Amino acid sequence: MPKSQQRVLIAKPGLDGHDRGAKVIARALRDAGFEVIYTGLRQTPEMVAEAALQEDVDAIGLSILSGAHMALVPKLMALLEAQGQTDVPVLLGGIIPDQDVPALNEMGVASVFGPGTETGAVIKAFRTAIESADRGH
Amino acid sequence: MGLVDRALDGDRLALARLVSEIEDESPAGDAALGELFPHTGRAHLVGVTGGSGTGKSTLVNQLALKIRSVQGNGYPKKVAIVAVDPSSPFSGGAILGDRIRMRDLAGDSGIFIRSMASRGALGGLARRTRSVVQVLDACGYDLILIETVGAGQSEVEIASTAHTTIVVDSPGLGDEVQAIKAGILEIADILVVNKADLPDAPKAVMALRMALELGYPKGAANRLQDGQAEPVATPSIWTPPLLETIATRGEGIEPLVRAIDGHRDYLIASGEIEARQRGRVRAEMDHLLRDQLAVDFLSARGEDAYQKAIERVLARELSPRQAVQSIIRGAPEGR
Repeated sequence: MPKSQQRVLIAKPGLDGHDRGAKVIARALRDAGFEVIYTGLRQTPEMVAEAALQEDVDAIGLSILSGAHMALVPKLMALLEAQGQTDVPVLLGGIIPDQDVPALNEMGVASVFGPGTETGAVIKAFRTAIESADRGH
Repeated sequence: MGLVDRALDGDRLALARLVSEIEDESPAGDAALGELFPHTGRAHLVGVTGGSGTGKSTLVNQLALKIRSVQGNGYPKKVAIVAVDPSSPFSGGAILGDRIRMRDLAGDSGIFIRSMASRGALGGLARRTRSVVQVLDACGYDLILIETVGAGQSEVEIASTAHTTIVVDSPGLGDEVQAIKAGILEIADILVVNKADLPDAPKAVMALRMALELGYPKGAANRLQDGQAEPVATPSIWTPPLLETIATRGEGIEPLVRAIDGHRDYLIASGEIEARQRGRVRAEMDHLLRDQLAVDFLSARGEDAYQKAIERVLARELSPRQAVQSIIRGAPEGR
């Protein structure tokens, strides 16, 4: 029997066009054996939530470098909750000031990564977040 | 309510989670498939295949947009998209990027998009693509677009999965001999030259037209000479229309939608739809039978015997075929 394969969404909400970080992470996750649904640039929170729902992902990774994380993340979290996707962990990378991290964690963001994070650490954080969400498949 | 009832009731989260169960080949997924199967058979299944980079995803995006905007005559239809991308043979991971080209479809609750990794299957689809399509069919999606991995010449499994197969080509990918090789072009019910604004487009169209004329001497030749690319549905024979599109600009999409409808009408009028359905069931059961037999056989015979046989092949004592035959006969030690 094939074991259940982990699927993650890598999305780039907001208006900046810098997707190199998202691509590096997507590639690293692929090489670690994840199926990565990559949505590309300029996603609205609605698009991210809907893609996560249709694809039934085990985790969502967001890349935000525009500084709009304090607007985008709460919106996404609210949508996920409304859709019944509270068991899908959200991880965030990009340019995130340290003082925002506690508030983001408070909103339910599982991990926040800044520039210079090793991809190995990111992969580990995805695995941990998925394990502790324990969606049972 | 269980997942199956919720999905049948239009709950998209339940549908998505059911699809995962089926993709993972879990016992719960198999049971759900059994419950859902009586509800299948209503959707028209449209395959979109062709080489990588020919613009399949962009075309699927435009097709779905167009199909959702048409009114009357059974439209607008609910559209599901199943897009398959390859898994890495090394890590088993995959990057599923078809949604990048489908952002126009976000926000329409009449569209459901699911990306699938091929998970080692080589026919252009994943092992469970057929089953996933059945779930979407049962849950009321009228038209299901199935996008294959970027296909080379022999990824033709889509033809035994879809009712209507669209083969997408784009300029600059090969000469006329490519166009008459066996394989992918033979399975086309509709041929599309995408990126028709590129300088080499007339050459690609010409090569495909010549290939079509060889295969379908009358219909294709006559129809295409007067610049008409409309499909002709005579009850006896279908000649694949050759259409040009520029998917990035949404050009040529309406004739393509009409061609899909035309092919569907032809399948029904000619009775070929039943033959195709029979073929589809046969192909699916063949697959399942082979998979199941292999699993059962190996678990009954034991992994040890198999390993021993592998060692003997490595030692060049047996050919792989001899090794398999000796295992089946139950005499792995020798002839």
